Amino acid sequence: MFNPRVIPVLLLKDLGLVKSKAFKDFRYIGDPINAVKLFNNLRVHELVFLDISATANKMVIPIEIIKSIGQEANMPFSVGGGIRTLNDIYNIIRAGAEKVIIGTYAFENPDFIKQASNEFGSSTIVVCVDVKTDFFKKQKVRVFNGHKSTGYSSVDYAKLMEDKGAGEIIIQSIDKDGTMSGYDVDLIKEVSTAVTIPIIALGGAGKVEHLKDAYNKGYASALAAGSMFVYHGSKNGVLINYPEKSELKFNRE
Amino acid sequence: MSSQVVIIDYGMGNTNSLKNKLARLEINSTISSDENVIRKSNKIILPGIGHFGKAMERLHKLNLINVLNEEVLVNRKPILGICLGMQLMGYKSEEGNVKGLSWIDGETVRFNLRDTLRYKVPHVCWNEIDIVKKSALMENIDDLSEFYFDHAFHFIGNNDSDILNITEYEYRFVSAIEKENIFGVQYHPEKSYEYGDKLLKNFHRL
Repeated sequence: MFNPRVIPVLLLKDLGLVKSKAFKDFRYIGDPINAVKLFNNLRVHELVFLDISATANKMVIPIEIIKSIGQEANMPFSVGGGIRTLNDIYNIIRAGAEKVIIGTYAFENPDFIKQASNEFGSSTIVVCVDVKTDFFKKQKVRVFNGHKSTGYSSVDYAKLMEDKGAGEIIIQSIDKDGTMSGYDVDLIKEVSTAVTIPIIALGGAGKVEHLKDAYNKGYASALAAGSMFVYHGSKNGVLINYPEKSELKFNRE
Repeated sequence: MSSQVVIIDYGMGNTNSLKNKLARLEINSTISSDENVIRKSNKIILPGIGHFGKAMERLHKLNLINVLNEEVLVNRKPILGICLGMQLMGYKSEEGNVKGLSWIDGETVRFNLRDTLRYKVPHVCWNEIDIVKKSALMENIDDLSEFYFDHAFHFIGNNDSDILNITEYEYRFVSAIEKENIFGVQYHPEKSYEYGDKLLKNFHRL
């Protein structure tokens, strides 16, 4: 009997942790290494680190911070932010991460996903797909921290990435980011029914019921969230938290 | 150093993740592809993430096949294959048209699942292991403990006596093997909290 993974997503900006709303309004949350120690004690299934300043600054996530995380992390973790070469991936895995997450560059050069999965194996390569509803009420995939539209629908884009050899896909709703109002379950379902690789839902989770919806109704293989695991209470005080194991029993029909 | 563990470095895996974990368990280890270091070690860990064909090619290129065969088959040194490292212990895989290390009677195939909506490939999740034979590697590990898996291919063993763990993902597959001094686990003990810690300590104590 297996249960879906429940994954805290931590955003790095200038080596500190931040949290956003709709990819804006960044708020400082704390020190990443301290967060890893807390998440170790909470027995989290997996962690995701995304360096949101990397692509904009035309750099890759600093290796030193990955090494520090790796020295502490008892759980598997994946890392993304500005990855553009096979050497970047080699260095990140070498530093102690299990997987890498590729965003903007997967759009610019889809064949890079093919090269990367041939070199490191599909299970090492995760593609992050950010989706936003545009002016015409159409959901499109966006890159560069949501600043640039690709013109792709999420399904076409996810299929392309599966075809290139991605091992997993993160589907992130920019509209839902930081709202804690629930995932865009329709979006998740649309993509997970279109591909055979695991889909990681991201954007909007605020409580355990939301996680269950994305799993039961959206067929996500893993449920990721930012705010839910770093905020607590009605005033959104910063508190690293994670559901009890007994709360994370999912029974899918 | 009485009990030195060598982690085989052939460019196919999370060697540092493994070394970090062993360090936290106060187990001395070296990451190396040096024949002399491998010969001097007491235990060998063969990690592996990636492509079966490419992995065998790298082992050949680094001239590691002979030393591994000698240390494992002749000197009977305990070896633990992890993930792809376990799969390499069989004859072959559907992933790449090359011969494996052929230490265990079996081969590796891709998951062939019917319900592709509920069962995605790769199989990435925490899943339970059914311990099907008594083993020093499984000491103090409860039946149905959860371990972290991330793989698209799985091993098929031809001898029931070599099978150590079974896991279910739509169907039941071999998730660990053991034959004398040769051990392989499909899951990642280095990323599986206390049960993984116990397994690595058990291996270290062999």
